[in-house]
Amino acid sequence: MRNYLRALGAVIWKDLAAELRSRELLSAMLVFALLVLFIFNFALELNVKARLSVTSGVLWVTFVFAGTIGLNRSLAIEKDRGCLDGLLLAPVDRTAIYFGKAVANFLFIMVVAAIVLPVYSILYNTNLFAQPGLLLVIVLGAEGYVAVGTLLAAMAVQTRTRDMLLPILLFPVILPVLVAAVKASSGYLQGLPMVEIQPWINLLLVYDVVFTAISFMVFEFVVEE
Amino acid sequence: MSDAPLIEVDHLIKRFGPKVVLRNLDFQAYGGEFVALLGPNGAGKTTFLRILSSLSGPTMGRVRIAGHELPRQAAAVRRRLGVVSHMPLLYGDLTAEENLRFYGRMYDVARIDEQITAILDLVGLAGRRRDLVRTFSRGMQQRLAIGRAVLHDPDVLLLDEPHTGLDQDACEMLDAVLRQVAARGRTVVMTSHDLSRVEDLATRFDVLTRGAIRASIGKVDMPRDGLLAFYRQSLEKARAEGEKGGR
Repeated sequence: MRNYLRALGAVIWKDLAAELRSRELLSAMLVFALLVLFIFNFALELNVKARLSVTSGVLWVTFVFAGTIGLNRSLAIEKDRGCLDGLLLAPVDRTAIYFGKAVANFLFIMVVAAIVLPVYSILYNTNLFAQPGLLLVIVLGAEGYVAVGTLLAAMAVQTRTRDMLLPILLFPVILPVLVAAVKASSGYLQGLPMVEIQPWINLLLVYDVVFTAISFMVFEFVVEE
Repeated sequence: MSDAPLIEVDHLIKRFGPKVVLRNLDFQAYGGEFVALLGPNGAGKTTFLRILSSLSGPTMGRVRIAGHELPRQAAAVRRRLGVVSHMPLLYGDLTAEENLRFYGRMYDVARIDEQITAILDLVGLAGRRRDLVRTFSRGMQQRLAIGRAVLHDPDVLLLDEPHTGLDQDACEMLDAVLRQVAARGRTVVMTSHDLSRVEDLATRFDVLTRGAIRASIGKVDMPRDGLLAFYRQSLEKARAEGEKGGR
């Protein structure tokens, strides 16, 4: 267990340290996310009521598309310089590599969310921080998205068409988490009673547990030649 | 040299779909040997090394390294292996020291600070330890890659055409590092398609063509100028056998 945690920590540290230097991945994700927000802001001329109904959709579209850029880049960095082989050659459980990459990807999405939420609040004149439940939904939704996304990115990166392949593989699989996250976020923003939001939260929880477990079980087969 | 082979490969077959890359390959390497695996492009050298390094599984046959069977005991084998390929397997946005520290943690290297200093001295990069790897020349990256591969003091070092893309000076510096690494009693298997690159380093020369070892000779068995003739003859013989078999 000590070895497992050491390897997990090493992969997370490596990804964060490299990103802190290059800012390659986060800057691409952030620029893309902010552009999406601006485009929606100009495309949709909304009254206050309409704003509340589209907020969750705009937010999750932003997170998902920006996240896809991040996932692709995160695994491409490993593949392009042969570093994925370097990781696979290490005498550690390969799921530690998966979880290390997934945790780093999750943290990158959280950084994007931490910047997108206040920018959205200003642009759309909507206080997204009034509902702490929304933050819980973002954490749960991002966890499910990253669990599946990291696995599929590891699969897509082995192919020549990785940039195209990842969204094609990923979007159908994350549809349940996307629908649940949008519905739950919308519920919190519109102040719906908890009884209406709870089923979506439950779906997110179940999705997170099931897909994290599946990814844990199949990652080794995905990265093996 | 020890009695039992450190690397034992029997009747290894590797297929990619219908394409057979390795055909009944037999190979052995003993402790302290430096084996040059020679062969033209497409002979199966990289595939063979990827199987030895546990990155790829055999289709059929038996592969044992240091008494551990592949792919069943891959984790135990990986602990005893160091691998250098033509790609450096290093992170450009980390410094030389950070790269070694990361791999040191992955291999659970004891006294990591001392070991990093020793390795950087060994590969002649002590003065660049805090520089980002992406600022290194290709030759420096390859030397650091060798440092990464021996950081955990492996018994077996596998090198897949490490001279690829290096100029003459960088090749000579790399050779100097390889000599020091091999002098520590490790078993080294290095692939190359260029005999001149390995003739000074290796103690044994195996010729791999068309997916199998076709000839093998120890350095002591033949004078230096005879090696090239031996290599050419081995290639021609394999080509002739291939044409005969293809008819």
